[in-house]
Amino acid sequence: MSFFLEVLIGGLLAGVMYSMVAIGFVLIYKASGVFNFAQGAMVLFAALTFVSITERGVPFALALVITLAAMFALAIAVERAVLRPLVNAPPLSLFLATLGLAYVLEGLAQTVWGTQVHGLDLGISDAPIGAGAVSVSRFDLFAAATAASLVGGLGALFRWTRAGVALRAVADDPLAAIAVGIDLRRLWAIVWGAAGVVALVAGLLWGARVGVQFSLSLVVLKALPVLIIGGFSSIAGAIAGGLVVGASEKLAEVYVGPLVNGGIETWFPYVLALGFLLVKPAGLFGERSIERV
Amino acid sequence: MTTPPLLALDSIEVVYDGIVAALHGVTLEVPAGGIVALLGANGAGKSTTLKAASGLLAAERGKVVAGSVSFRGAPVRARGPVQLVREGLVQVLEGRHCFPHLTVEENLATGAFARRPSASDLRQSIERVLERFPRLRERRRAAAGHLSGGEQQMLALGRALIARPTLVLLDEPSMGLAPKVVEEMFTLVRTLHETEGMSFLLAEQNAAAALAVANTAYVLENGRVVAGGTVADIRARVDVRDLYLGGTGTGRTRFRARSEAPPPAT
Ligand SMILES: Nc1ncnc2c1ncn2[C@@H]1O[C@H](COP(=O)(O)OP(=O)(O)OP(=O)(O)O)[C@@H](O)[C@H]1O
Ligand SMILES: [Mg+2]
Repeated sequence: MSFFLEVLIGGLLAGVMYSMVAIGFVLIYKASGVFNFAQGAMVLFAALTFVSITERGVPFALALVITLAAMFALAIAVERAVLRPLVNAPPLSLFLATLGLAYVLEGLAQTVWGTQVHGLDLGISDAPIGAGAVSVSRFDLFAAATAASLVGGLGALFRWTRAGVALRAVADDPLAAIAVGIDLRRLWAIVWGAAGVVALVAGLLWGARVGVQFSLSLVVLKALPVLIIGGFSSIAGAIAGGLVVGASEKLAEVYVGPLVNGGIETWFPYVLALGFLLVKPAGLFGERSIERV
Repeated sequence: MTTPPLLALDSIEVVYDGIVAALHGVTLEVPAGGIVALLGANGAGKSTTLKAASGLLAAERGKVVAGSVSFRGAPVRARGPVQLVREGLVQVLEGRHCFPHLTVEENLATGAFARRPSASDLRQSIERVLERFPRLRERRRAAAGHLSGGEQQMLALGRALIARPTLVLLDEPSMGLAPKVVEEMFTLVRTLHETEGMSFLLAEQNAAAALAVANTAYVLENGRVVAGGTVADIRARVDVRDLYLGGTGTGRTRFRARSEAPPPAT
């Protein structure tokens, strides 16, 4: 039983991280109806920028501030150079633009900072801490707590502020949003800035685990099942979807994995997502359309 | 020298998707403090005309390819919808377009965002609009998607009023509403005009209702203005009466396409 709990908790802790990454996608999806393929590249870009400047002797806190500034600058640049010219283009063009952006960012990050793997030490040990018979890694706990606060903060921000109301309005009816005078450009800069912060935090937490390297940009592949399960346009869905994916992939790995020679963790979320597509295509929290009769 | 009109469209031509021509040289004006009716059948170009004025055409892949639109004497071209709302030009879209998942209060709030009000200003503005619409007040925390058609039309208008407009472009407010609710809408338009000095450009297929409140009117057909003048003039035109006012005349002739001189600014 305690082993089950340990696996479950480990899965949920990983799941919080997925939730955090998924929220970056959800914000952009709500604001412009597009799956932002560049989110993974932003994670890589943020992490690589951060380690590269710390390696040059910049203190941790300052490096954090500089990288944050870089991510906000990136958000504004994306709004100006990519989104604004494509303002009324069909969603497919926008999606392709984010695909292009992903390659530009990956290329840029690796041209400037090189392609070698960088170690990243956040100064948090991986030692297990336990309560009773269950023990979890200190680092995982720290990562999950950080991700959870970011998730909570963003959730609150977009629930109760004007930007949040504007974001939901745009997601509901973009034409009406323009007609009432909602400033789409500002909103885009805000959501891309928020996605940048998510990318930075995700990049640091994952980077500290697996090293800062190209594979960080593959988190985009992890987010897809989370979004399908939770619903593309719901922050609550991203949170729930992340936890479901995190918990179920670890449990499946441990309990089903041995029967099929392991390696389940990488593809199990997709099978789960496929199941959800069949049963609940809008996702757990996907916006139900309100129909009056 | 007379004061310039609040809104002036000068021989504008509009094309959608780079090929579909929707307006062919529309000229009209809305004087400050006027209520102007824009009549016409389905597809005549009423909505397109309003969107050309409010800067919403771009969002529909439409473009003013010739002529000019000016609001308060300056061309709207460079201003964009957000700036126009700030300056007092607000459009209420055909079919209401409330935000279905937002509450009534949140819907109203969005209308004020462009002018960046303080929190207390925003609260007061919402209260003031709710005073005008008692039924909306009762349902202030309901999702707009659950309101009746009449309530949604009120909400759409209330959301525009909260921006403190000087000119409201109202697109088919009577669409799909019971006669009593239509009457209520138009009474409200008249009240806003009389008490707040608000101007209106009113696109309508319900000509009788629109002409009852308007000072001047234009008739659009196939993207052209085929008649324009004071309400009395328009009512007197036999052809207009036949086509749009439910007249009983036998001559169901189509308008000949020709441009009309705009009505004299009074
Ligand atoms: N987004 C669009 N893309 C392409 N063509 C359009 C678009 N919107 C309108 N049109 C065309 O422009 C013409 C004028 O349409 P518009 O909507 O302005 O008419 P309307 O007078 O408002 O009609 P209704 O009374 O039905 O609302 C029509 O031929 C229509 O098909
Ligand atoms: Mg119309």
